[in-house]
Amino acid sequence: MSVTRFRFPYVEMPEVASQLRREVRQFLAEERANGGFVPMADCWASGMSAEFSRKLGQRGWLGMTWDKQYGGHGRTFLERYVVTEEMLAAGAPVMAHWIADRQSGPQIIKNAQPHVRDHIIPRIVAGECFCAIGMSEPNTGSDLASVATKAEKVDGGWKVNGTKLWSTGAHGGDYMITLLRTSPVDTNARHEGLSQFIIDLKSPGVNVRGIADIGGQVHFNETQFEDVFVPDDYVLGEVGGGWKMVVGELALERSGPERFLSSFIVFQEAMKVLVNNPTDKTREVLGQVVAKIKTLRRMSLGIAGLLQEGASPEMEAALVKDMSTNFERELLEKIRSVLPQHALVSLDSLTANLLREGILRVPSSTLRGGTNEVLKGMIARQLGMR
Amino acid sequence: MTETDNIIFDTASRIFEDLSTPEIINAAEEGEWPQALWQAIEESGLTLTWIPEANGGVGASMLDGFAVIKAAGGAALPVPLAETLMAGWLLAKGGLEVGTEPMTVAILDPVTSGLSWDGTALSGTALSVPHARNAKRLVTVVDMGNKSQVLEFALSQLESTQPAISPHVNLAGEPWDTVTFSKAVPTRFADLEDGTDASSAEALGALVRCVQSAGAMSAALELTIQYSMERVQFGRPIAKFQALQHSVAAFAGQVAAINAAADSAAEAVAFGDVIDHAAWVEIATAKTRLEEAVNTGAAVAHQVHGAMGFTYEHRLHHLTRRLWSWRDEYGSDAVWSIRLGEEVLQWGAEGLWPNITAVSDPR
Repeated sequence: MSVTRFRFPYVEMPEVASQLRREVRQFLAEERANGGFVPMADCWASGMSAEFSRKLGQRGWLGMTWDKQYGGHGRTFLERYVVTEEMLAAGAPVMAHWIADRQSGPQIIKNAQPHVRDHIIPRIVAGECFCAIGMSEPNTGSDLASVATKAEKVDGGWKVNGTKLWSTGAHGGDYMITLLRTSPVDTNARHEGLSQFIIDLKSPGVNVRGIADIGGQVHFNETQFEDVFVPDDYVLGEVGGGWKMVVGELALERSGPERFLSSFIVFQEAMKVLVNNPTDKTREVLGQVVAKIKTLRRMSLGIAGLLQEGASPEMEAALVKDMSTNFERELLEKIRSVLPQHALVSLDSLTANLLREGILRVPSSTLRGGTNEVLKGMIARQLGMR
Repeated sequence: MTETDNIIFDTASRIFEDLSTPEIINAAEEGEWPQALWQAIEESGLTLTWIPEANGGVGASMLDGFAVIKAAGGAALPVPLAETLMAGWLLAKGGLEVGTEPMTVAILDPVTSGLSWDGTALSGTALSVPHARNAKRLVTVVDMGNKSQVLEFALSQLESTQPAISPHVNLAGEPWDTVTFSKAVPTRFADLEDGTDASSAEALGALVRCVQSAGAMSAALELTIQYSMERVQFGRPIAKFQALQHSVAAFAGQVAAINAAADSAAEAVAFGDVIDHAAWVEIATAKTRLEEAVNTGAAVAHQVHGAMGFTYEHRLHHLTRRLWSWRDEYGSDAVWSIRLGEEVLQWGAEGLWPNITAVSDPR
């Protein structure tokens, strides 16, 4: 029974986190009421507002778990969980800082040169510096080890050439944490010879081009590097140690509440319509989706609790991401199935607009951060089948 | 589950492994009472895990009892241990002393129940009463205006004032009997403490089935993974085929989900040793969530086991048939999802999110 005993321990929020939740709710209610934001579906990957991010920075809600000596706030993972889940549930525009706050910051603190760290981290915490991820390429998707964009050693640094693709938020970002090939491919050790770099997106030779998604919106980008110079001290960690770093980074981003709450705001708005003249079918659907959200939240929060204790529940995180991202689509479809006709076709209702946005965004949920097919392969490996 | 509960789960699993073998489970389906198994359970004190010391119990925590029930589900235990725990918990809520003999519960949907209790005798028919033919006592709960009572009946059928039993089985071949009360007189009855009534008894039944199912789902996944690594086709273990890996990964997700949902509900009940509204919501969540878990889990388990797992000889059906039956008992997902949906409507748009997060607020 050892293999299949998954751990999702009960997590009780400390009183300080509950107090924080009240503050965040009040802030969001005020912001929404005074026009600070209009709620949107998939807000962490489509709602870019540097101004909103700065407000969060001023309140101390960015870089929350990072050590105070580096400019962070030294708070717990659970407190950060509260802030992120409240932002997501409200559909707040948190895209600008999302990547930096979730994964680039921790990576920089752990692996960057001290003076580089001190240059970047306090600005991320203030909501004034944003990051993007440069992993995928035109010929590199799920097979990340096939990265071909390369960095060649030159005097005092590295010369970067190639193209990175699907970098969410690169058009509004300051830095890209970029996975590059620093030595030729060894077919027997494909994961070696890769390194991570912090690339200033304002460097000469960097060209960021927005790519419209199926809804016509620009959220992700193609970034071309043409003889871009990166100084030696902007290498992240050891040269050649990039693979291990990105694997750890991907694990970190897997089980967060953004995996099952991207469409929640659609549900929340639809409730205003659904409470009128409900049928048993409506009740059944509401019961089903709430049962799923509550269960996914229990699992996701359980993982946050384990991370707080220093554990690394990789299997659980992969399971949660697979199920959560599938649920995003299911939630929209279920809600759609019980909304009255007028709510579906009306042109000026927030509910209808959010539903459309949600449907147009949802194909990305089972692709980004590792496709569900890749995840299932990882789960099978953990179960001992591979 | 906590570390302590994991230890209890392992201990109970070991006892069950030796005495709840496929042969014994099959024999039980043929009507043979596994006396050695029950005796071992009684002697180990497992029947009393939910009983306070003041009522003859061992002073264990309620979560310990849920760990035992999860292990019982994983072992496809052919005796009414879960029912004995439920009966004992209800008796203790009425302040009554509890023994160790096998008991069962007749808990009915409080809305549609046809049972009538006049203060001295009970009349009506209860369907699907687990192990009525094997149990020594039957416990039920009746609501009477502003109070509820727990009633205990002897099941020897020696006197006309005792309930009459006609044998039936559930989908798993477990003895789920019909019990007829014709002015049946309880051996004991008592007022239940506030907060426990017929609907909370039904909710407890629903939770117990979820916890058993969580155990059975884990066990079925374990069998499935093992089999996929042993069975060789096209020159390699079938576990190596990607299509099959993806099916099993989806199964694992369902196992993880139902364990998380069942644990959450068990913790909510254990916290106050009562089924309050917060616990009720967790139970409704788990019982609603159970359907997809069982549907996916049992389908993948059988698909991977192939024709072998479809035979009576193979033990897989001890788990899958129980799962298919348990998901319907004490209110199917159709019943519970509508109840939970009504609750969600009461929350409204404004209350939706705060009620979802309430479970992790400081208790």
